[in-house]
Amino acid sequence: MRTPHIRPSQVVMGLAVAATLAITACSSSKKDSSSGGGTGGGGSLSGQTITYWASNQAPTVAQDAQVLQPELDKFKEQTGVTVKLQVIDWAHLQNKILAATTSGQGPDVLNIGNTWAPSLQATGAFMPFDASAFAAIGGKDQFVASSLATGGVPGQDPTSVPLYGLAYGLYYNKAMFQAKGLQPPASWQDVVSDAKALTDPSKNVYGMALEGGSYTENVHFAFIFGQQNGGDLFDGDKPTFTSPGVVAGIKQYIDLMASDKVVNPSNAQYSKGPEAVTDFAKGTAAMVMSQNNADVSIQQSGMKAGDYGVVAIPAPNPVPAGGKDIGTFPAGINLSIFKNSKHIAADEAFVKFMTSAAEQQTLGKAFTTLPINTAATATWTTDTAEAQVFKDALATKSAPLPLTKNEAAMETAVGQAITPLIAKAATGSNVSDDDIKSAMEDAQAKMPAS
Amino acid sequence: MRVTVGTATATTPDTDDVAANRRPPPKRRQIPWSWRKATPYLLLIPAVVLELLIHIVPMAIGVWISFIRLTQEYIQHWSSAPTAGFDNYRIALKFSGPVGKSLLHSFEVTCSYTVLVVAFSWGIGLVAAWVLQRPFLGRGPVRTLFLIPYALPIFAGVIIWNFMLQRDSGVVNQLLVNDLHLLNHKPFWLIGNNAFFSTAVVAIWRQWPFAFLMIMAGMQSIPNDVYEASAIDGAGSWSQFFRITLPMLRPVNTVLLLMLFLWTFNDFNTPFVLYSMSVPPSTDLMSIHIYTNSFQVWNFGYGSAMSVLMLLFLLLVTAIYLPIANRRSRHVVL
Repeated sequence: MRTPHIRPSQVVMGLAVAATLAITACSSSKKDSSSGGGTGGGGSLSGQTITYWASNQAPTVAQDAQVLQPELDKFKEQTGVTVKLQVIDWAHLQNKILAATTSGQGPDVLNIGNTWAPSLQATGAFMPFDASAFAAIGGKDQFVASSLATGGVPGQDPTSVPLYGLAYGLYYNKAMFQAKGLQPPASWQDVVSDAKALTDPSKNVYGMALEGGSYTENVHFAFIFGQQNGGDLFDGDKPTFTSPGVVAGIKQYIDLMASDKVVNPSNAQYSKGPEAVTDFAKGTAAMVMSQNNADVSIQQSGMKAGDYGVVAIPAPNPVPAGGKDIGTFPAGINLSIFKNSKHIAADEAFVKFMTSAAEQQTLGKAFTTLPINTAATATWTTDTAEAQVFKDALATKSAPLPLTKNEAAMETAVGQAITPLIAKAATGSNVSDDDIKSAMEDAQAKMPAS
Repeated sequence: MRVTVGTATATTPDTDDVAANRRPPPKRRQIPWSWRKATPYLLLIPAVVLELLIHIVPMAIGVWISFIRLTQEYIQHWSSAPTAGFDNYRIALKFSGPVGKSLLHSFEVTCSYTVLVVAFSWGIGLVAAWVLQRPFLGRGPVRTLFLIPYALPIFAGVIIWNFMLQRDSGVVNQLLVNDLHLLNHKPFWLIGNNAFFSTAVVAIWRQWPFAFLMIMAGMQSIPNDVYEASAIDGAGSWSQFFRITLPMLRPVNTVLLLMLFLWTFNDFNTPFVLYSMSVPPSTDLMSIHIYTNSFQVWNFGYGSAMSVLMLLFLLLVTAIYLPIANRRSRHVVL
C-alpha cells in the first residue's frame, strides 16, 4: 500500500474546504437564530418572548423571582408577550452585562445600577431613548426628574430610564437608644459617640454594622463622606481619588471600625447582601447605614416597622471646609433595552409596564423602593415619618455620583481598594491617612486612561 | 512483527518520493486530485478547524488586544479601537510605577503559592500512593475516598471551605477556639495575611488527589520482579522507595509536576470562589490580578498585555524544564 502523498495544492484545497465549512457553519447558525426570533416588528406583540435580567432587590434572589413572576404573568395577559426572567446577584451583574455587551448576546431588557448608566452608555450597547422611544414608554414627563437625570450623561439621549428609586439613610434601633437615654444623631460626632455608648463587645453588641466586604457599599460611602469633607472623585473625566477630601471621607468611614471601634470586626467579611442589616434587625448592632430597601430584610428578620427610626446620614458639625451636608445620592435601579434586541416594540411595552404608576406601587411595596413615576404614590412604608426622611434626604441632602463614562470603573477600583483597608482595621491595625492615600493611588493607576 | 510494520510505513514516504521523482511531471498532473488521496486530510479538517477556533484564534486575538486601547467605548466594535503600540506592556513592566509594582507583587505571591501548592500536592499524593500500594482490607474504598476532593465540582468543594473558614460561624474557628482552646481570639481566615494560607490549603486539598492518582498509576507499572530482586539483595522499604520507586516514577513525575505547576500558576477558580469579588491582596494571584485589573475596571488592553506576559513566562519555564527533565529521565532509564 502506498501512503498518500501531499502536494501543496492539496493542502491549500484542504484549508479552503475547512474555511468554507467554518464559514457556512457560522453563517447558518446566524441565519437560524435570526429566523428563530425574527417575528418582531410591527403588528401584534402577542407570541413574542423577551429575556429580562433583574437585579437582586429582595433579601434573596428566589424572593425576587417570587415578587416579579406574578407581574410578568400580568404583563403576558395584557400583551401576550412572554418574559423570561433571570435574577442576577450584585456581585456578578456588572460582569454579566459587560460580557453581554462584548459578545452582543444579551437579554432584551435588563436592570442596571443607575450609577453605571454613563459608563454603559459609552459602550453603545444600549438603545438610546429618543423622543419616539419615550413616547412608546409613556412619556418623559411621567418620571421623577432627579431620577431620570441618572439615565446617562447630560446632553445625550439617555440609555436607561429609572425603575426603582432608592436613597441612603441611617437606621437606628429605637429601644436601644432609649435604654441609654440617647437622641437620634444629628451630627457625625453624635453618630460616633452614640455608637461608642452602645458598643459592648463582651455582649457581642456594637453601635454600628457595616457591609465591609462589599465593594459597592464601600464606594458609596467613600462618595458620601468624601462629599461631606469636600472631596470629589472626578475632575471632569479625570479621576482625583487622592484628593484630601476623599481621603478624609474614607478615613471617617473606616475609623468606625479602626479607631472608634464601634463595629464588630467580623463585618469586614460581610459581602453577600443584607448581613449588616440582619445584624441590625437582630439587635447585635444599634445602627446601620443602608438604602431604604433594607426595610424588607429588617422586617423579615423580625423587627417591626416603628421599632426602628431613620435619619439622614449626618455630616460632621461644623461641616468641614469645602464640604457639603450630603447624606445620600439618587440611588436606584434603571432599566435598559439592548440595542440589538429583536423585539424592541415588546421591550418598550415591557418598560412602559414596569414604570407605570400601578406597577410602581406594587413593586415599590414589595421591594420597598421609592416610586419613579410621578403619578404613583409611595407604598414602600406605612411609617410616614420614615418616608419623609428619605424624601427630604433626596431633595436636600443628595448629590449625584459623577456622571462620567469612567464611573463604573471607579466604583470597582475605589471599592476594591477600600475592602483591604477595612480588613486591615478588622485585624487590629491602624489605618492612617497615608495608607488610604496609597491605596487610592493604586486605584487611580488602574483607571483606564481617558 | 509490529516493529517491522512500523519501520516499513515510516520509510515508505522516502521510497515513494524517489519513485515519484522518476515519473515524468505531465503524468502527475493527469490525476491532480483523487478522493483516496484527499481522505486523510479531509478527515483531519474538523480537528484543524476546531484547534484553530478553540486555541489559535482566541490566542491571536488576545495578543492583538494587548496592542490596542480597548475600553468600554470599543468593546462592541474592537477593530476600531486605537492602537497602543507597546504602551500596555510598558505600563505593566514599569515596576517603579504603582501598576507595575502591584503586578510584581502579584507575581511574587503567585510564585510562592505555586511552590507551596505543588510541593504539598505532590508530596501528599506520593505518600498516599506509596502507603496504598500494598494490598490491605478496604484499600479500594480508601482510594475512592481520597479521590473525592478531586471529583467534587470545584464550586461545591471550595464554597464549603468558605463556610468552614468564616470567622464567626465557621467550623475551623469553632474547633480551634471554642473546642480545643488553642487560640484566644477568633482569627480571620479569609481576609488579611491568613488568607494566603487558607487559599493554599484549599488548593492543595483540591489538587493532591490528582497527584495521588497519577503516581498510583505510575507505581502500578513498576514490575514486582524489581522489588523482589532488590529484597533478595537486602533492600529495605526505604531503600526500595528511594532507589526503585522514585527513579522509576520519574517519567510520571516529570509530566505531573509540570501539569501541577501550570494549573496552580493559572489558578483562578480557587480564589475566585473563595472570595468572589473581594480577593485580599495577600492572595492576589496572577489570573485574579489580571481579571480585576482588566475586566472589572474595563481596561482590556492592559489585561491582555499582562496575560501575554504570563503566557511568555509559562512558556519559558516549560521550555527550560522539559529538556532538563527529559535528559535526566533518559539517563536513569538507560
